[in-house]
Amino acid sequence: MFVDDIERPWALHAAFVRSSYGAARVREVSVEEALEVPGVEAVVTYSDLEEYSGLTPMLHRSEFSAVEAPLLSGDAIRHSGEPVAMVLADSPHAAEDGAEAVAVEYEPRDPVISLDAAIAENAPAVHEEVEGNVLLDVRDPDDEEIEKIFEGAHIVVESTFDTGRVAAVPMEGRACLAEWDAREDTLILQTSTQVPFVVRTALADVLGLPQQRIRVIAPDVGGGFGQKCVVSREELLVSIAALSYGRPVKWTEDRQENLTAAFHGHEQRYEVSAAFDQEGKLLALKADILCDVGAYSCYPFTCGVEPLMAATEMPGVYQLQRYWSRARAVTTNKVPMAPYRGVSRPQFTFVMERLMQKAAKRLGLDAVEIRRRNLPTSEDFPYESPTGMVYDPGSYLESLEKCAEVLDLGGWKKRQEAARSAGRLIGLGFSCFGERTGYGTSAFALRKMAITPGADNARLKMDPSGNVTLSVGTFGHGQGHQTTLAQIAADELGIPFENIVVRQGDTEATPYGWGTFASRSMVIGGGATKKAAALLAKRIKDVAGHLLEAAPGDLKIEDGKVFVAGSPDKHVTVEKVARAVHLEAQLLPEGEAGTLDATAGFDPPGTFSNATHGVVVEIDSETGAVGIERYVVVEDCGVMINPMIVEGQVRGGVAQGIAAALYERLVYDDEGQLVTSTLMDYLVPTTTEIPQIEILHLETPCEYSETGAKGMGEGGTMGAPAAVASAVADAVAHLDIEIDTLPITPDRLRAAIKESTAYEGTHT
Amino acid sequence: MKDVHAVKLTVNGRLHQVEIESRRTLADVLRHDLGYTGTHLGCEHGICGACTVLLDGLPVRACLIFGVQADGCEVETVEGLESEGKLNPLQEAFSAHHGLQCGFCTPGFLMLATAFLRENADPTEEEIREAMSSNLCRCTGYQGIIEAVRAAAGNGERPDAVVEVAAETSEDRSIEGASPLRDAGDHEQ
Repeated sequence: MFVDDIERPWALHAAFVRSSYGAARVREVSVEEALEVPGVEAVVTYSDLEEYSGLTPMLHRSEFSAVEAPLLSGDAIRHSGEPVAMVLADSPHAAEDGAEAVAVEYEPRDPVISLDAAIAENAPAVHEEVEGNVLLDVRDPDDEEIEKIFEGAHIVVESTFDTGRVAAVPMEGRACLAEWDAREDTLILQTSTQVPFVVRTALADVLGLPQQRIRVIAPDVGGGFGQKCVVSREELLVSIAALSYGRPVKWTEDRQENLTAAFHGHEQRYEVSAAFDQEGKLLALKADILCDVGAYSCYPFTCGVEPLMAATEMPGVYQLQRYWSRARAVTTNKVPMAPYRGVSRPQFTFVMERLMQKAAKRLGLDAVEIRRRNLPTSEDFPYESPTGMVYDPGSYLESLEKCAEVLDLGGWKKRQEAARSAGRLIGLGFSCFGERTGYGTSAFALRKMAITPGADNARLKMDPSGNVTLSVGTFGHGQGHQTTLAQIAADELGIPFENIVVRQGDTEATPYGWGTFASRSMVIGGGATKKAAALLAKRIKDVAGHLLEAAPGDLKIEDGKVFVAGSPDKHVTVEKVARAVHLEAQLLPEGEAGTLDATAGFDPPGTFSNATHGVVVEIDSETGAVGIERYVVVEDCGVMINPMIVEGQVRGGVAQGIAAALYERLVYDDEGQLVTSTLMDYLVPTTTEIPQIEILHLETPCEYSETGAKGMGEGGTMGAPAAVASAVADAVAHLDIEIDTLPITPDRLRAAIKESTAYEGTHT
Repeated sequence: MKDVHAVKLTVNGRLHQVEIESRRTLADVLRHDLGYTGTHLGCEHGICGACTVLLDGLPVRACLIFGVQADGCEVETVEGLESEGKLNPLQEAFSAHHGLQCGFCTPGFLMLATAFLRENADPTEEEIREAMSSNLCRCTGYQGIIEAVRAAAGNGERPDAVVEVAAETSEDRSIEGASPLRDAGDHEQ
């Protein structure tokens, strides 16, 4: 049951009037004609919302400029698609008719569309109060030491890398249904979100309601990938409308709205220089990072999420002596950025892997050898990076060796030479990376967000029949948590998996939690589940001890039976224990009656899973199209709770990474219009673009998680752009073509091939 | 202003009579007039295929067909695949091969695969990839879907059996307007 599948009698349906300009002032909004449209009940504009503030996400950092995203714009328009009015009608069709009939008079201004335009001198200000269009500027102090390393370096590789603006494109767009429950005096918002409790906090802040008067429910959610781990203005507006008009209000965005008005991400530029010694060892790295964060900060993460992730997690796992970075969040007249699967790591992994490849080429090393010389070995763990990231043990080198072996690196040069002499362009590329996952409060606190995510909680409740309801604050929406969390609980409790039901996505039905994003759920939610299950198991043993007249410490639970270790005949079923506690408490000593439940929280420091991706591509030199011949992932996410689900996450992630490498790109024209506003123009790949993905597993159990598992939801997306780009670069290495811009579209690649003098030489 | 048409259509063997505006798509009619909410809308412009249903046996985008065009037609939706609460072999294969994660695109893939397997009972992987390329999935990377379709084909059971049985009894189950699936009540739009 998805949000739009839920019907309510007397519901109002919302449609938004959105700016067609990238930058403008709203002169006048005329609603009279819209109110004449049959079925239209009301039109809400900025002036109706004076008592409500917009969202102003905060970082407690002096380098940060907070900006407010108004719920509806009454003055400045900062991106096309920005909502100006909300039409409420008795059907979605009538609401859309009404939206078309709202007349908005705009005073267009010059939009700021590119990074270059935004940071140019005298650039128009996207926000009047923000100088230079920079919302966050985190810069390391000048460093004499690093300059000395660069002076003494054998080679210095300098490059500028750009990655394209992309969108998460969950198959279900955003949708919500708000209604006032008069009996409970509670606002109920059913919304397609990854983070029900975060939405509740935002609603409470904006509506001025106490949090216990707000219930946020996430029903089935048709994908999120980060786009739904932030709060949308529309969720607040629909809730305000339900309160104001006393009727349920529903809004379901269409795909065009999702592309033009929901969140984007991943548009970044890296100006980097890397110092290497003659052996190919990376000595030092300087990175100037620009993130195009669009018009506003996302709630609660702020626009700092991309630049801070990039600055602190670069240079990744490659060991080096010194690192300097500057990272800026640059505001433009485009849709706001929100975390999208990978958050900056697909980008800086692309940068690091290409730097390795460029250095290898100049030093005459092969792609694997240079990585081998820079990756940590088992003796280097825990490895602390120059930015203080602590990498727990992993299989970085081992995964690289395995991947190279599977792809027959030894035979590659011959194969490539044979192909080249036959006029074919084939390439082999790798990417090696660590994926920071499952990080709690201590890690998030370093970002200095006003709202700091971290811990999560799980509650297990056994009913009188011995069945268990596991409620969690994480929220799976396709990641299979109902399977994996139940597996963890079943293992710990010693009862059948089928006897456990998992509840999630409801602020009234679950313990407090942060939902699902940042590959946190299996480590944090799974850890909380295991801890709570251990507490419940102890409680079951205590009760069983009374029934069996045995010491609880001597008891074990397996297959739904509690028995004395060593004498399995002396047992009582879990069902009997549950019945005794609830229905036959007279069998137990005083104080043991009542409930069988346990709640536990978990708040770990975080852990790194790792992987190497290897890919073989072939380029059609006439069209510039890149085909993937083979794709191999060697991954290590510690103990796998469920291999099939791990592989599903890897494959889905790789597909999105391939998409960002080769196909998807959101393009704005000079007027600030998104021209890729349908799935005809924004190319989400299909079965014919995404190849079979071979997956091999290594296992380095995690010391910091309760289960030995590490998170792994984003790694596929992190590794794929770098691996594909490396393979394409390898295919055209002899043509002196550098692959420094993503996506590698056919037009770009074809033009580069045609312009290459080396290519002319081979094709005359 | 409203131009309303009386339309008769059979959905999964049940005859429905509805009065609909000409601008309502088949997806609108199925989802909101008849309560077959298993048909999902992912783009409303005919690319993603989440709304794929079978119209007189052929896969169509329910977002690109007007409800009035389905007058006199037989429509098959994902709700028709299971019988007596049991998934059909194709659905079982999607589950067993992890052919779905969030599940939003799944009804469209199931209906597309149903029509495909009726035409080609023993397809190669390449044929499956070609046929399934008309729909989009954002979660799985497609491999589970391809494997599920191949497994269902290999299973030898034709996934249309359920619908054929239902069609025979369609006249007996004629219901006007409201959904057979739940008590939706009247919500005139």
